[in-house]
Amino acid sequence: MSLRTVEMALATPGVNQQGQPTRVPLGVKDRQPRYDEEVGAEHMLVNIGPQHPATHGVLRLVLELEGETVKRCIPHLGYLHSGFEKLGEYRHYNQIIPLTDRTDYLSPMANNVCLAMAVEKLMDIEVTERCQVLRVIACEMSRIISHLVWLGTTGIDLGAYTPFLWSFQERERIYNLQEMWTGARLTTSLTRVGGLMADIPDGFEDGLREFTRTFPNTLTEVDTIFTRNAIWIGRTQGVGALTADEAINYSLSGPMLRASGVDYDVRKDRPYLGYETYDFDVPVGEHGDIYDRYRVRLEEMWQSNRILEQALDRLKSLNGAPINVSDPRVILPSKSRAMSDMEAMIFHFKQVMDGVKPPAGEAYLGIENPKGELGYYFVSDGTSKPVRWRIRPPSFINLASLPKMCEGALLSDVIAINASVDIVMGEVDR
Amino acid sequence: MSSPSFSISPLRAEFGPAIERHLVSCGDTIVYLARERAHDILAWLKETPGQEFNYLTDITAVEYRDPERPLEVVYQLRSLNRRVDLRAKIALNKWEPMEVRSVWDLWRGADWLEREAYDMFGIVFIGHPDLRRILMWETYAEGFPLRKEFPLRGHFSRAEQTRQALAANPEAHYSMEELSIAEAYDELPADMRERLARGERGFLK
Repeated sequence: MSLRTVEMALATPGVNQQGQPTRVPLGVKDRQPRYDEEVGAEHMLVNIGPQHPATHGVLRLVLELEGETVKRCIPHLGYLHSGFEKLGEYRHYNQIIPLTDRTDYLSPMANNVCLAMAVEKLMDIEVTERCQVLRVIACEMSRIISHLVWLGTTGIDLGAYTPFLWSFQERERIYNLQEMWTGARLTTSLTRVGGLMADIPDGFEDGLREFTRTFPNTLTEVDTIFTRNAIWIGRTQGVGALTADEAINYSLSGPMLRASGVDYDVRKDRPYLGYETYDFDVPVGEHGDIYDRYRVRLEEMWQSNRILEQALDRLKSLNGAPINVSDPRVILPSKSRAMSDMEAMIFHFKQVMDGVKPPAGEAYLGIENPKGELGYYFVSDGTSKPVRWRIRPPSFINLASLPKMCEGALLSDVIAINASVDIVMGEVDR
Repeated sequence: MSSPSFSISPLRAEFGPAIERHLVSCGDTIVYLARERAHDILAWLKETPGQEFNYLTDITAVEYRDPERPLEVVYQLRSLNRRVDLRAKIALNKWEPMEVRSVWDLWRGADWLEREAYDMFGIVFIGHPDLRRILMWETYAEGFPLRKEFPLRGHFSRAEQTRQALAANPEAHYSMEELSIAEAYDELPADMRERLARGERGFLK
């Protein structure tokens, strides 16, 4: 069997002297067939992806197998590389927001929030209270839909189809709310520097309230079907485990870090958007295996639901409060003022043509995204376009631990381990 | 947003002139390290009790629009115990070789981050065990995309890029290392081994 794989992998490259493609005979048929006791002697090369449903996008893994055991795993990336960081250097700060939608496209609103906050840090702007609450709602909605995709696809990878349907049903409800708010289901572009693109529409609060009331039913069902399920436990416990020291050394973040027992959550340890005033818990795992990652993410959805309920309560007292700062450097004058007041019109024109101009300097801002710590690092030279826009991509950095986790695992575990990292290739490749 | 700020004095006391300068921008502390001592200083920051920068948040590089200004390698460090952040930078003048020592031996998380900085800026990390391109493909010949002299659309014309993309043989995209896994590399004809060694992957005309 192993000989055949070698032949398939190698017989294709090459051209002859005339430039015609050749098939290279590998001398396989001259070899003596080997028998059972020697099967382990030859290592097999197995290629998964880039077009494979279990690699969650266009990830390609080249595996070296001995029997069914993985000796080495070599990931290949870049199939979705779009050069966002380069593109950002040619755009105004607010024009970068649509690019962030497309990096981690499973939690676009949280990316939008991070970008606006990074520029606000550069310009020393503090957003209004209503804006903060709405941004918290955006972040937590994103966390729930992102974890739901993770839950559903990981379930499918391990052979459980039903939770996938449940989680996508719930996700659809949040997508409808996103569409209500921003007009888009996927490419939300919700924030602007200093505020938001729009306030929430009528009926949004009721819709979200209804979601937070009924969403725990689904979580309970998922809990029932997975947490004590013998197959699920057998496939996940003790698989792909990383210790706390390894998790720190590999720069993991988010649920991957916490599942290994490291108690670090940006929302608690470096609070932003007033997270310190919300009542929520941060689940921390113990064993660092896939099962703990599942438990951490499931619990995070419960906690996000709690945060959403509290944020909705706060919104009541902030009805009609402004969502944008009153800072002419970043926020456009209202349309009616721009049409009636000369100064306002000039400001409007300058603002649209020149964009936001932060002072020269640099700022790094990290927030707790569903995948881990998303950080945007801006270097400004005082013009309206950044000198450098660096994305600290949580799933790229988490994925770098994959070869380590796969070493010595079985081939079928590779699928489970890869799923547990929770990657989204738009962000890995950027 | 408030966090305990980083104190520069122990670092200055230990390394003196190797700490070229430090400044604070938007509340973040930035220290510039001399290239020759940078690895020692980063190791000291990681290991010394009271510093404990055990977590490498990010490695990246910055090139400024001013062509005279040196390129900077940026390390975002964090102490998880003390909840302190620090940004360390190494300035690389354009006339010097683009080389710094790898910190892979200190933080395994540096593996892909250094590969990306190499891929995008051409900075060579000496001591990295596997410094290959990561986001661009191995035979990518247009240069380093995030350098300022690199045009947004690339160095090659659109026609040339299309020609190369169509000529690539996707089935031949195994690296030398991977071919050697299969233990069949030695069985390839000599001319083909030579072509593979040169980095050619075979083109379908």
